[in-house]
Amino acid sequence: MEQQRQEGEPRSPAADSGHYGRQTHHHATPVPPGQRAPDFTLKATPDQELTLDDFRGKPLVLAFYPADFSPVCGDQMALYNEVLPEFHRLGAELVGVSVDGVWCHTAFASARKLHFPLLSDFEPKGAVARAYGVYRDGEGTSERALFVLDGDGVVRWSYVSPIGVNPGADGILTALEGLAAKDAPKDAPRAVASSPSASTSSEARP
Amino acid sequence: MNGELTPPVSERDHVHGRADAPVTLVEYGDYECPHCARAHPIVERVRARLGDRLRFVFRNFPLGEIHPHAVHAAEAAEAAGALGKFWPMHDTIYEHAQSSPHALDDAALVRYAGTVGVDAESVREALDYAVYEDRVRADFMSGVRSGVNGTPTFFINGTRHDGAWDEESLLEALEGRHSTR
Repeated sequence: MEQQRQEGEPRSPAADSGHYGRQTHHHATPVPPGQRAPDFTLKATPDQELTLDDFRGKPLVLAFYPADFSPVCGDQMALYNEVLPEFHRLGAELVGVSVDGVWCHTAFASARKLHFPLLSDFEPKGAVARAYGVYRDGEGTSERALFVLDGDGVVRWSYVSPIGVNPGADGILTALEGLAAKDAPKDAPRAVASSPSASTSSEARP
Repeated sequence: MNGELTPPVSERDHVHGRADAPVTLVEYGDYECPHCARAHPIVERVRARLGDRLRFVFRNFPLGEIHPHAVHAAEAAEAAGALGKFWPMHDTIYEHAQSSPHALDDAALVRYAGTVGVDAESVREALDYAVYEDRVRADFMSGVRSGVNGTPTFFINGTRHDGAWDEESLLEALEGRHSTR
């Protein structure tokens, strides 16, 4: 539950990558923007499957991550859990994907009180990560990779983070705002204008 | 990802030190995060060593789902801040945060408010009515926008500090930045 990052450790890929075994370079290429996202059907719970089609009509954030229970406090999934209302405000859904089994996902989601689905890319192992070009053969896990898909299932933005570095949520929010701006009628206010973060700047305050 | 502080430090922030200090250290922290509690005395010592050369700013980044008291602790600090006692409350909360499982429940927060010399009832009301909920969330979202990905996260003169934050490392980073100006 609590992170192991010590104050003496730098926040670099080396900080927690040892957990995932040796560093190897992957040679696959992530599905680029403009290309249709590979379909998937994966278990979200022991008796429920989700497919890409289930998310048609709204943007989808696919967050591939190496493993459940990575030893950090504000880990990537815990952070996205807190930002979830902003993703929803932008009309998007979020799913996490790792090669962990459904029971592991269930325990992880319960421990972190996650309010979004975790998909199990377990059998055949990593098949979806491979299809998206973000599987690491050496480790047997996916990259720490983000994809933002539009409502038609086309990849609009992607990012592969160094494996030990939590990429945060700012890139996802910017991509979703870009989608909302493109999809909105020209004279309609942009979705970004209603984001509470707009009120964080001192200029916006009375 | 970009790691640039957004928005920059302004009058809405809680600031320790001179506005014209050459180095500004911003911390995004969570009162229930044990690492932040460990960072607190380190920041104190760094502040003491740099004196007028350093301006320190604290912004809230509570991970409320994994730290159930973190949001109220942040709101209590803001409530005390509205009464002119942000830093005494901030220090008191961190000094007690890891002392017991109840160190950050509402009763404890209200008690701390009393010890730092603000009207405890007004802090209780602020918690009951979530008066500072939006303010704390705005801090949190500014952190998300700035690329904060865990706590504590530090920014030195607006750029995320990804290195170590033990006393010497932090001091070195702060002085390094200073000497390049």
